[in-house]
Amino acid sequence: MTADLFLFVSENVALSLLAVAVLIVLVRLFRGPTLPDRILSLDMLTTLAISLIGVLTLRLGVDLLLDIALALCLVGFVATVALARYALLRKAGQAVAAESGGNG
Amino acid sequence: MISSVFQYVAGSLLILGTCFSLLAALGLLRFPDLYTRLHAATKAGTVGAGFVLLAIAFASFDLSVSLRALGGVAFIILTSPIAAHLLARAAYLSGERPSNITVVNELENEKQG
Repeated sequence: MTADLFLFVSENVALSLLAVAVLIVLVRLFRGPTLPDRILSLDMLTTLAISLIGVLTLRLGVDLLLDIALALCLVGFVATVALARYALLRKAGQAVAAESGGNG
Repeated sequence: MISSVFQYVAGSLLILGTCFSLLAALGLLRFPDLYTRLHAATKAGTVGAGFVLLAIAFASFDLSVSLRALGGVAFIILTSPIAAHLLARAAYLSGERPSNITVVNELENEKQG
């Protein structure tokens, strides 16, 4: 019974710590200052959401939530890769635009 | 008996993992440039989410759930460094420079994209 209580208290502590972490990451997301910083903040938010859903899986006893966390892993990875490509190509696009603007 | 041991392990893993996540978030807020922030966010963030999933593997007394959680851990360990590497490379090639206190810069002579 005490093990149940320990797990219960740990879940509460974990949820509180994750809430503070999400708030701190949101501060960085708003402050920026550059696009890669914001991409990194979004990636970190996805990781924190995976942790939150994991803790809720234990708390609510709904095993299906774990599948949602795993799907979020996949989506978060693809989103980060796509946004990194965007950061790279956006810079190249700007360079091309500046060059053609300088010529014309 | 063994189940209560597993529950103690799971609770400890939960607290440890979320502490790592909180430290990663603090590093994301306090470090001076993107590359140090990446260092904090990916390493500690991976361990944070990985430990929470490990805690699920310990605390849910169901083989299918435990195996799925372990698969999630493996996936995070495989993909998180790739995403961090891609993001750092994209940032460097798009002109983001390390902060002044950075000592080693092995990409210094890399062609700009």
